[in-house]
Amino acid sequence: MSLSSPASSLAGDALTLAATSTSGGEAVSFWVLGTIAVMGALGTVLLRKAVHSALCLAGTMVILALFYLANGAYFLGIVQIVVYTGAVMMLFLFVLMLVGVSAADSLKETLKGQRWLALGCGLGLGIMLIAGLGQASVSSFTGLAAANAEGNVPALAAQLFTKYVVAFEVVGALLTVAAVGATLLTHRERIEKSKSQREQAEERVKGGTQLPPLPAPGVYARHNAVDRPGLLPDGTPSDLTVSATLLSRGQVREVGPEALHRVAALEQRTADSHGQTEHGRMYGEPHEPDPDPDLDAARERDARKAREEEAPK
Amino acid sequence: MSPVNYVYLAALLFTIGAVGVLVRRNAIVVFMCVELMLNAANLTLVAFSRIHGNLDGQIMAFFVMVVAAAEVVVGLAIIVMVYRSRHSASVDDASLMKL
Amino acid sequence: MESLIGLLVGFPLLGAAVLLCGGKRLDRTGHWLGVLLAGASFVVGAVLFSDMLGKNADERALHQHLFSWVPVESFQADVAFQLDQLAMTFVLLITGVGTLIHIYSVGYMEHDERRRRFFGYLNLFLAAMLLLVLADNYLLLYVGWEGVGLASYLLIGFWQHKPSAAVAAKKAFLVNRVGDAGLAIAIFLMFTTFGSFAFAPVLSNATEGGEGKLTAIGLVLLLAACGKSAQVPLQSWLGDAMEGPTPVSALIHAATMVTAGVYLITRSGAIFNAAPDAQTAVVVVGAVTLLFGAIVGCAKDDIKKALAGSTMSQIGYMVLAAGLGPIGYAFAIMHLVTHGFFKAGLFLGAGSVMHGMNDEVDMRKYGGLRKYMPVTFVTFGLGYLAIIGFPGLSGFFSKDQIIEAAFAKGGTQGWILGAVTLLGAAITAYYMTRVMLMTFFGDERWRRPGQESAEPHPHESPRSMTVPMIVLAFGSVFAGGLFKVGDSFVHWLEPVTQFEHGHSPLSASVVTGATVVTMLIGVGAAWLQYGRRPVPVTAPRGSLLTRAARRDLLQDDINDIALVKPGEYLTRGLVYVDNKVVDGVVNGTAATFGGLSGRTRRLQNGFVRSYAVSMFGGAAVLVAATLLMRAV
Repeated sequence: MSLSSPASSLAGDALTLAATSTSGGEAVSFWVLGTIAVMGALGTVLLRKAVHSALCLAGTMVILALFYLANGAYFLGIVQIVVYTGAVMMLFLFVLMLVGVSAADSLKETLKGQRWLALGCGLGLGIMLIAGLGQASVSSFTGLAAANAEGNVPALAAQLFTKYVVAFEVVGALLTVAAVGATLLTHRERIEKSKSQREQAEERVKGGTQLPPLPAPGVYARHNAVDRPGLLPDGTPSDLTVSATLLSRGQVREVGPEALHRVAALEQRTADSHGQTEHGRMYGEPHEPDPDPDLDAARERDARKAREEEAPK
Repeated sequence: MSPVNYVYLAALLFTIGAVGVLVRRNAIVVFMCVELMLNAANLTLVAFSRIHGNLDGQIMAFFVMVVAAAEVVVGLAIIVMVYRSRHSASVDDASLMKL
Repeated sequence: MESLIGLLVGFPLLGAAVLLCGGKRLDRTGHWLGVLLAGASFVVGAVLFSDMLGKNADERALHQHLFSWVPVESFQADVAFQLDQLAMTFVLLITGVGTLIHIYSVGYMEHDERRRRFFGYLNLFLAAMLLLVLADNYLLLYVGWEGVGLASYLLIGFWQHKPSAAVAAKKAFLVNRVGDAGLAIAIFLMFTTFGSFAFAPVLSNATEGGEGKLTAIGLVLLLAACGKSAQVPLQSWLGDAMEGPTPVSALIHAATMVTAGVYLITRSGAIFNAAPDAQTAVVVVGAVTLLFGAIVGCAKDDIKKALAGSTMSQIGYMVLAAGLGPIGYAFAIMHLVTHGFFKAGLFLGAGSVMHGMNDEVDMRKYGGLRKYMPVTFVTFGLGYLAIIGFPGLSGFFSKDQIIEAAFAKGGTQGWILGAVTLLGAAITAYYMTRVMLMTFFGDERWRRPGQESAEPHPHESPRSMTVPMIVLAFGSVFAGGLFKVGDSFVHWLEPVTQFEHGHSPLSASVVTGATVVTMLIGVGAAWLQYGRRPVPVTAPRGSLLTRAARRDLLQDDINDIALVKPGEYLTRGLVYVDNKVVDGVVNGTAATFGGLSGRTRRLQNGFVRSYAVSMFGGAAVLVAATLLMRAV
């Protein structure tokens, strides 16, 4: 993979403790990875579906982790992958699933002139930042060879628990507060008493809807797939057995008897080709259990033992 | 190649993230662009820590990460709450505080 | 003796206070209190006069200091009285004629339910007028000046229910106000020039002020006199002032208040003597008014308005005489006193006629009344003879002296002034004869054959009205002779007015002859016009001059065009400026802010992304600023 060779050169550089000059390998990795990182950032901003944006951002974050490693921040690089890409982005994706998957951004801009203003400000800020950076003369750099002399983690620890200990404690408190806060925020207090079974039954009678409770999931299922509806006893597919999201997206597969037969025939052929079945059968049909050599061997042993124990008596 | 290049890259990422905040309407995507900006700042800090040769930049970046994590937690909780009451995740829909 | 001076003012002032504040319970008897206090004032005046007569000419002035009014460092204003010969003359005139008219008013106002107030106002007038003549500084004079203006306003508008009376009162007050402004400015100028406004420092040092300043003071004093004495250009109020009850017209607008202007000019003689240009202005004003009033008086059919025109003209004579300088002051005052007698008598007679004719004022509806009102006829006739200057009566002596002094002015001025005064005498004779003929002679135009019940029943007035008229008739006849004998009046006033004998190009007898001749011409012309032919009951159209004179020689129209309309335009312009500019600025500022805030409000549109753009833009600006700072 393309990532591996820069990673190995990075590792080599890491071992030399990111010395006072950059190697050619680092330059190559910078340019290549940097381009990809920028593309990932642009993808985050420009892609229509939110999930795609999240994935692009995850990619950018991983590349940034690699940059941290290249710059001698080994601890930070690993933490970036673990915390940011692993925890934070996953959290993002969770919430996306909860909230915003079906809502795709329309391309039409609602605020007048917002896009132009944003582009203008962005260009202006970007140009000024880069111009300002250009004015700064950083011809030589110290490098982290001395700072990382005993290893990056011990050095960080030494700083963190002496010079920055107050900030450290405060940030810890902050995390606690954040967790508690999130719990509190999303807590929904039950305002009314939950309905007992009797009350639910009475409601169903009054409403004239289905009287007995619905069957549990899987009773009418004919297949493992989520997008195949279960069949009612008369063979018609039931929409209640499929997720409403899939229905609204139109991603539910049809499940007529012919379709089922076709699927069964396909599975039969597959199974036959693998030599797994004696005769073609549909999944779920009652049949003799498949011969299990271990089970047979075990039964033989049990039977022999039983005969041996009975013989002396 | 000087580590200053990393700072240039970070500036560029920062700008892209800022434009994204202004342009996208989905609240979660806006949040993600904010995370992008934070990451760009982190990259700047790390690069400068390398340039100056002390670990202060890395420690700052560490703290930024922690705070960003806390921020994400609370922010997403809020977005979920807003979604529950309004059934919309668009930032434009929360426009009642106006004259 | 000095302490009595304050009583002169105090008695009528007390009367005014009691009557005006006393309330309804004084309605039945209050008027007698007014009469009593006016009489008391006259008695005190007579006592002071007799005491003064017993002293030497140089020692006759008395002073009484009451209290210090405004004792600020350089600005010392005192309430102090000065009773010299000039003031004494006026005191006697005011209190004497005033008491007579108080008595007359008892009968005249018998049926008026507000009579108590009337007497209160009359007493107030007396107090203010006496304060005016007794003051020893210009500021206290100003207080009296304003007081008589107030009393005049109250009395002209006494019959409040009549809109015409209220309007006339307001007009009188407003026109007087213009004059009052002149007097105020004069006091200011005096204070800056002389450091004081008391008579003694100002008048004895008059020659030390710069001539320009003295001319200015003289001119504004003349303006004040014009206002109070109804001289051109401030003469428009006198005709309308006849809306008031006849006693008011007699007292205030004939004998006393309108003479206050002459008093002012005479008192300030030293200032005018030192400012010849101002004196010329005085003379011109007097001459113009003399003719103006006479022409107006010829065309009026209302008996009181005709007499008002006459008053204006006669005061023109006095002002002219006062403007002649030391050769004329004494004669101005002499004519003032005689005029007080005969004009008051004429007005009281007119009131008596009106009383008998159901308050009818149009002379065209009179005629042949001498048979029905003999006493009125005789007293009125004596007053008439006095005013036209019939030889032997008072008016003859005083007017003749003025004409002589006019000729004595010298140069072209003398000839012009002399001619004007003679012409005025002729016209005076004309219009007064006209009044006499139309009222007491000729056909009885008030008869209504077939409607006898609707006719007025002319009858003689009650004793309370006729007695004062008789007393005044005595004065009309004898006062002039009394003053002329041995030039007693001139010598009496000499310490105050510094009399100089003028040298006339014409001898005294020539002037007297000319006066008599012009008088006869005027009488004859009037007889031809009104005596031989029957007087038409409805006024004929008349010539252009007649029609203009009926409209007071267009005085109201001129005032309207010159002052009222520009004032209205100015007001309208100011209102426009106020509405458009001032309000425009204020409203415009408000609107600007409103508009600005309306625009700015749209910044807060509730969209997070807009706010984010602003923040982002701000951050970009900050970065740019930082970079610029570092580059600089």
